[in-house]
Amino acid sequence: MSVVTGRAKKGNRLPMLAQAGPVSLWMIVFVTLPMLFIIFISFMSRGTFGGVEYTPSMESYETMMEITYFHVITKSIGVAAETTIACLLVGYPFAYYIARKPADVASRLITLLMIPFWTNSLMRLNAWMLIFQTNGPVNNFLVNVNLIEKPITFIFTDGLVLLGLITNYLPFAVLPMYSSIEKLEKPVLEASADLGANPRQTLLKVTLPLTIPGIFSAIILTFIPALGTYVITDMLGGGKVLYIGNIIKNQFGTIRNWPLGAALSVLLLAITALMLFLYSRFAKVEDMEVV
Amino acid sequence: MSREGKVNRRLQRQRLRKIPWTVFMTLVYASFYIPVMVMILFSFNDAKRNYSWMGFTTHWYPKLFSFGNHDLWEALVYSLIIAVLATVISVVIGVLGGIGLKKYEFHGKKFINMMLFIPIVVPEIVMAVSMLIIFMVIGVKLGLATIVIGHCTFCIPYAVIVIKGRITGDNETLQEASMDLGATKLQTFIKVTIPSIMPGIMSAAFLSFTLSIDDVIISNMLAGASQSTLPVLILSVNRTGITPDINALTTVMVIVMLFGMAIMNVLQRIHKKREAASLAESDERIRAARLAAEEYN
Repeated sequence: MSVVTGRAKKGNRLPMLAQAGPVSLWMIVFVTLPMLFIIFISFMSRGTFGGVEYTPSMESYETMMEITYFHVITKSIGVAAETTIACLLVGYPFAYYIARKPADVASRLITLLMIPFWTNSLMRLNAWMLIFQTNGPVNNFLVNVNLIEKPITFIFTDGLVLLGLITNYLPFAVLPMYSSIEKLEKPVLEASADLGANPRQTLLKVTLPLTIPGIFSAIILTFIPALGTYVITDMLGGGKVLYIGNIIKNQFGTIRNWPLGAALSVLLLAITALMLFLYSRFAKVEDMEVV
Repeated sequence: MSREGKVNRRLQRQRLRKIPWTVFMTLVYASFYIPVMVMILFSFNDAKRNYSWMGFTTHWYPKLFSFGNHDLWEALVYSLIIAVLATVISVVIGVLGGIGLKKYEFHGKKFINMMLFIPIVVPEIVMAVSMLIIFMVIGVKLGLATIVIGHCTFCIPYAVIVIKGRITGDNETLQEASMDLGATKLQTFIKVTIPSIMPGIMSAAFLSFTLSIDDVIISNMLAGASQSTLPVLILSVNRTGITPDINALTTVMVIVMLFGMAIMNVLQRIHKKREAASLAESDERIRAARLAAEEYN
């Protein structure tokens, strides 16, 4: 019906322009053009005093393959993958438990999940730092129960960064999985039980396969931001732990090698595109749950 | 063994099976709430900088509200101005766009839908850097305007999604009814369409505001040499150690936000009640009309 009303009034395009126009214009000017431009810049050369020189070259992609950068890239991908796996392993049972509760309890549990994430994220990361300080509560406890003799250095380590990443991105994994588990129709699960499947079989052979789109959304919504962050590594790694995000940021700050920063950004774009392509084989990308 | 005993044993087993679940859920929720509680606790820390607990004091709160720490308040005000501007722009464009993209078919609609997806899935640093390069090449001075533009670019897609989710078949029936009764398109839009999606507009505004006020990466990259927003200030202060007055300020912000949420909750409940009441009223009228018609026959 909406299609018909939209097309029948071809004579008067004003309402359509007024409604769909601003958003389309905004997206083209501030998303499409910058994305195209950064791809373009990545194939240019570095200016002598920083910035860009508009002569085509593959220089920045070659630099990216040098061992130091390549190491950072593989390490970032590894840590993002660890974060994602942890978020799935914790997030799926968590989402499953909530989704199986009556609707009013479930919505309260979801609100309870959201509230901490409306507080300042940097201060929450800082709190992990305080908890794991050399003379912080965790070390004090471990020393007092004689599990360790001297305090362990947790801060500025990859381990603490990983903890920060997991606790920061877990809700983004929980929400899409929750909504896909919640959408499962009761009759389907009942049919599985009626046909003699025990709860474990139902989970493995019915629930899990049917919620793959939700799981895949969760993967995209944790893996990609975890791959690009520099804030969590800055806050918990103390500048000692470098990931792709930090390298990109530095190219536009002190180091001023724009084409290299652009090339690394294009790498992240390519990984994102690949993930979305894989997703499109399981489900429609437009239906991905993101809010 | 009596039947009752069997039932009891089964109940007991069920209860036992629940224990690991309860432990698991509690642990996960604890991992979300412990950092928030530690953050609040350290606003009462009697130390110059927050590294370890040095004893209890409340003096950071009066100190905070004596506005001695200018940088902190300036950063907060700057963040609030940006968040309000970004929210207003994003909600206006998002509401119009959500309605337009749902209602009309046009060339390139698929493309625009794809573009709306990009700021949500692409790493924020890539969005930030690509806008930064464009601004620098064109020669736009970095500052308030560029940060607001950056925030709108990731808030608009969320606003559009929320609004699209609110528009259902009912809305179209209402619009048609309104136009049949002689209202112009603009009147219908303002008096029928907008009120019918009001809860969606409120959640879009809430979402945009919280995304904007907590944003670090885009605010950091697009700020240039200008004033820092609060999160960017915290990120830079972190190198030398967070001072407890920052914890006090963020604690106050948590309380304000909880109040805001409660108010929104009440407003949405009122809206629901009103909707239900007007539905009941129209049902009543239809029933009365039907009765009258029957009597007439």
